[in-house]
Amino acid sequence: MRVCRGGAAAMADREERRFAEVPRESIRLMAESAGVELSDDVAALLTEDVCYRLREATQNSSQFMRHAKRRKLTVEDFNRALRWSNVEAVCGYGAQDTLPFRPIKEGDLFFVEDREVNLVELALATNIPKGCAETMVRVQVSYLDGKGNLEPQGTVPSAVQTLSDDLLKYYQQITRSILGEDPHLMKVALLDLQSNSKIAALLPYFVYVISGVKSVSHDLEQLNRLLHMVKSLVQNPYLYLGSYVRSLVSSVMYCILEPLAASINPLNDHWTLRDYAALLLSHIFWTHGDLVSGLYHQILLSLQKVLSDPVRPLCSHYGAVVGLHALGWKAVERVLYPHLPAYWANLQAVLDDYSVSNAQVKADGHKVYGAILVAVERLLKMKALSLSVNAEGGIGGLPRPGGIMGCRESSPGLSPPPEPLSEPGLGIASHLHAGGAGCPWEDWTPVPLPAMYCELYSFFGDSLAVRFSTGPSLGNSPPAPLAQPPTTRKELPGGTANLDTARKMPQLTANLNISPRQDGSPHGELTAPSMVSGRSLARSSSSSSVQRSRSSSSRPGQRPSGLSRDVFPKARFNPLPAGPPIFSFVIGGRQMGRRCQGRRFQTTFTPSQPLSAVSSRTYAHKLPVIGRVGKPVRRWTCSQYSLHLPL
Amino acid sequence: MAAVQDAPVEADNEKEIKTETLNDAAGNHASAAGGVIPSPPVASTSSSGPAKAGGPGSEEQQTLMAVLQFLKKNNFVGAVDVLRREAGILEDSDESQGQELAASALGGAEAGDATCTLSRASSCTTSTPAVAAAPAKGARCAVVCVSAGGEDQPDVNVVLSAYSQQGDPALYQGYYSGLKKFVESVLDCHRAELSQLFYPLFVHMYLELVYNNHETEAKAFFEKFSGDQECYYQDDLRVLSGLTKKEHMKGNETLLDFRTSKFVLRISRDSYQLLKRHLQERQNNQIWNIIQEHLYIDIFDGMPRSKSQIDSMSGSLAGEAKREANKAKVFYGLLKEPEIDVPLDDEDEEGENEEGKPKKKKPKKDSMGSKSKKQDPNAPQQNRIPLPELKDSDKLDKIMYMKEATKRIRLGPESLPSICFYTFLNAYQGLTAVDFTDDSSLIAGGFADSTVRVWSVTPKKLRSVKSAADLNLIDKESDDVLERIMDEKSASESKILYGHSGPVYGVSFSPDRNYLLSCSEDGTVRLWSLQTFTCLVGYKGHNYPVWDTQFSPYGYYFISGGHDRVARLWATDHYQPLRMFAGHLADITCTQFHPNSNYVATGSADRTVRLWDILNGNCVRIFTGHKGPIHSLAFSPNGKYLASGATDGRVLLWDIGHGLMIGELKGHTDTVYSLKFSRDGEILASGSMDNTVRLWDSIKAFDDIETDDFTAATGHIHLPENSQELLLGTYMTKSTPVIHLHFTRRNLLLAAGAYNP
Repeated sequence: MRVCRGGAAAMADREERRFAEVPRESIRLMAESAGVELSDDVAALLTEDVCYRLREATQNSSQFMRHAKRRKLTVEDFNRALRWSNVEAVCGYGAQDTLPFRPIKEGDLFFVEDREVNLVELALATNIPKGCAETMVRVQVSYLDGKGNLEPQGTVPSAVQTLSDDLLKYYQQITRSILGEDPHLMKVALLDLQSNSKIAALLPYFVYVISGVKSVSHDLEQLNRLLHMVKSLVQNPYLYLGSYVRSLVSSVMYCILEPLAASINPLNDHWTLRDYAALLLSHIFWTHGDLVSGLYHQILLSLQKVLSDPVRPLCSHYGAVVGLHALGWKAVERVLYPHLPAYWANLQAVLDDYSVSNAQVKADGHKVYGAILVAVERLLKMKALSLSVNAEGGIGGLPRPGGIMGCRESSPGLSPPPEPLSEPGLGIASHLHAGGAGCPWEDWTPVPLPAMYCELYSFFGDSLAVRFSTGPSLGNSPPAPLAQPPTTRKELPGGTANLDTARKMPQLTANLNISPRQDGSPHGELTAPSMVSGRSLARSSSSSSVQRSRSSSSRPGQRPSGLSRDVFPKARFNPLPAGPPIFSFVIGGRQMGRRCQGRRFQTTFTPSQPLSAVSSRTYAHKLPVIGRVGKPVRRWTCSQYSLHLPL
Repeated sequence: MAAVQDAPVEADNEKEIKTETLNDAAGNHASAAGGVIPSPPVASTSSSGPAKAGGPGSEEQQTLMAVLQFLKKNNFVGAVDVLRREAGILEDSDESQGQELAASALGGAEAGDATCTLSRASSCTTSTPAVAAAPAKGARCAVVCVSAGGEDQPDVNVVLSAYSQQGDPALYQGYYSGLKKFVESVLDCHRAELSQLFYPLFVHMYLELVYNNHETEAKAFFEKFSGDQECYYQDDLRVLSGLTKKEHMKGNETLLDFRTSKFVLRISRDSYQLLKRHLQERQNNQIWNIIQEHLYIDIFDGMPRSKSQIDSMSGSLAGEAKREANKAKVFYGLLKEPEIDVPLDDEDEEGENEEGKPKKKKPKKDSMGSKSKKQDPNAPQQNRIPLPELKDSDKLDKIMYMKEATKRIRLGPESLPSICFYTFLNAYQGLTAVDFTDDSSLIAGGFADSTVRVWSVTPKKLRSVKSAADLNLIDKESDDVLERIMDEKSASESKILYGHSGPVYGVSFSPDRNYLLSCSEDGTVRLWSLQTFTCLVGYKGHNYPVWDTQFSPYGYYFISGGHDRVARLWATDHYQPLRMFAGHLADITCTQFHPNSNYVATGSADRTVRLWDILNGNCVRIFTGHKGPIHSLAFSPNGKYLASGATDGRVLLWDIGHGLMIGELKGHTDTVYSLKFSRDGEILASGSMDNTVRLWDSIKAFDDIETDDFTAATGHIHLPENSQELLLGTYMTKSTPVIHLHFTRRNLLLAAGAYNP
């Protein structure tokens, strides 16, 4: 057979025939090898028949190829055709690799080389061939709504192909090293990405790579690396991000807000990731926010949406809170603060559930609690600061964009774009009030600081008070708290007195590194918290306030002036000289009026009744009890579900 | 069906021909009345003509035996069976003869009857099979009648002896070129029609030369004229050119196809008259004989057809379909959906949130609305084919289906479906077939390494039922007994089904997702349980590779077709086929059930599509026009239209009711392996070997065709050249041939194929 095939090929080469034919000599040779002597006539007849049968078998075999939906005729197909026509199959040619074809000169003969296989060697070989990978099915949405790229999928995009080889290589190297195993390589790559001035052409591809966060939501490590990549790109002074900012922001927001697959495992420290992403978000916003109009609103809107959605898992809420915190105290004031009453009820329900099954949710709840605490703390401080600034500038008692502006301008080494500054000031309300579920956005007016403090105190009780009371005790504060309103005055001591009875917050997180040191203004030199440092910082501790105060105390060079942004313990009461006249009655008015929608229980308090420390304590404690316990708890279990469902 | 035209064959002289030709036209009409006229069988020869008058009995007997031999040789078991029985029945009615066929049919008195029988039987095997008309019972007792004698003597040779007539081999070229000259000289309007004669004449003349051992003349003849033939006959010509010896003709399928069937031509009366006059003037007996014996000329009144009209319909192995072959009424309408008054249980309501509630009401109302509709006048009787009763689970599934249907996206040229591609990776074993369940929850693949693999494409894993011993321990009264019987340990994403001993060429899920069918090169069709993931039945009937199998849309029945050219209808609880559909001249390559389960369509390597009536086994439609083996079929959801795709890369659309070709979709550059209409029928998706999925505007394709009475009567449609307008999109895959397409209940398009690096 082998000879015959060789002959066929030879014949086909020799003359232009429609079909390969077997020469008569081959037939005769084969007959001889079988011990039969053929006469010419017989050989001729036999030759023709052999050729015909070969053709027939080939034609039949093509059928098997067609039905196997292949283009390539295999030896197996041919064998099947032979078998079905009751001819013995040809064995030994099933291998996938091509067989070497050799000529023998003297016989004008061609044959397939057939090496002997040493079975012993094969059997004792150490390099056992791996079995081929398992057959599997993978699905992929190839074309959405019939639209999609018309170029073949999976090939390199045509734009990339137009890139120079060097760039392509750079792109591959960088992505490989950033996403690869070696941390040193990664660092080098990130550094280069941060300073390379010639990579503008690659920006779309890096942005595309970063948008892959959605596909690695199970892998914290990769998410972190991608975020670092974002940071490097953002910090690269030679890159004009343009509209890619939007894409980057959405990737970062994903890390902040989404219930990542990695969050399922409580051992995974996705909190740090969220913190870092939030920090990054504020950084992008403050440095590149001017590139996309309305970005601030969009960000706030989506954060608010998450916050107001009780079905979202707690880790999403946490992300929203730290996101708001990172965006500055104005954002906290506008979104978080008005939302707090409604949200608090839900959170309280979670925190008060001591059942074992709730442990994980409760732990998460404490995280959120801590984040809120840190956020409102800074809110109060910065508000106080701004008030003092305003007072000094003679602008008035209310915080206004101008106030922030002044604050901003003071930040060193940065020239924040003007638009976002004005937007946060006035544009939000109109933008947000549509989505402001439960929060009366329509008539939003800045709540005076003391009122705010009182309300917040009613929520946080001593936890909040402790933070502020530690301030002055740390010394070197100027004689600022001179004109503190009497009520607040009263409360504060009460709070400290009750410290031991205050509710225990063992899991409280006060994550220092997420709060920009300067309210509302970005860090000029955003220190990339390495994953290690971030982790250590994020560890919750009951002494978060201590930690906080320590950090504040570690800044000895506090300037007494209201402009200084880094001395919150001192600055927080600076404005108070301006405050007192409007203070006490506002509490009552606020509670009776605008802000009561979600909290009927507040009506039990008479407007004129001063908020005593005791009453606020009971109030804070009673919160979960008042008619809402049942429902929020159920809803929270729901939300626990919602973490698992989408994954 | 009886070849009426053969009636004048006996006549040898031209005079007879002249007088008889008038009958031709009448014959065409009379033929509808059935084979009442005792006519010589197809296999009879003109040389035997004169002898016929003398002693017809032995002659008939011999031919009959030859046909039997031939059938047996080709494993047309069913046909043999029927033929024998038909003969047997005759003898029964005669009551004077025994059961033995061999002993019967010799008496002169029965000659007529026998002839009649034969003509009927042979027509079964050739064009219009009325095979397996008898009501199917589980076990069909094979009538073993021919046991002795006749094993050797009558052979295919006898059939082939049709070519034994001798003409002067040297003159053949002259004959042919004479005809060619004549055709070139006639008016343009007739030329195209008469050109149809070239190919069948060429083939038969060549075969005559070969048969009579004029090898050199045959080769010269082939050399000279093969170039003239239409390009779409290339494949057949290639087979022919290799065939130069009489010995080779034995057992050559293509040749037997030519012999056992008559090549059908449609020619207008005017053109036919021209041809006849020409042949009579030239006294060109040779060609006339061939026309008489091997060609069936379907004469119609009216305008001769244009070249493009002819080209669109020709290309099949045996010419076009006879017009009357497509005249039978087809009940293409859909069956009325059974009323479902199962109360919507609250189980899944709990799972859904508040939103779920209002949604639930709607589908219920919708389903009521559709129920109140009157039955489609084109639909078959509800009980025309007995269908399995709906189980409770089926009803639940129906409800699910209705619910999903309300969420269905309406597709159209403006809103194209999204496409999800299921890529089979590492399919080194060669993926040969794929099927999805209707609810798109499971996917099955048939592989060349004889395995069938089933995957779950939802998070729900595949679990099998516990072993019998474990099942005994289960509390059968408990509410969740259906859950308890499942073996949690067996849960996995995929299951492999071992059992076949050859490549699996077709897989099909049952509508209730409890069973899976697979057919293989080993000649069996296997039924697998998706509860236990074991093989339940191996259906043996095909003796050759089975290329395709398909479950009925109502379950229970299934169809299979393969290399033996017979499609078989089975019921899952019968180990023998209920019906056998014989008539294709080459392998049956694909099968498809009509949505109302009363018909099946089969596509074949003879380049025709046939539609078979399950009730009586008749072939009710023959669609010709493809130029290559047909590899995919799809019915439109309303049952009115059929789409077929072939190796030539073209997709043809057919109107089943009128039996017309109504569209041609050109675009693919390789075999179309998969076709599917969207759930509402607005979009036709085609997947091909050329690594693309194409979407076609089927509504427009159906609307653009104006079917006036004339075209409906003659079937001569003028196809608009509008493939490009109808093509809505071409979607490439990454070197992955598309071998299956499926629209989910919400009209998302799923495609599947194996990555082919």
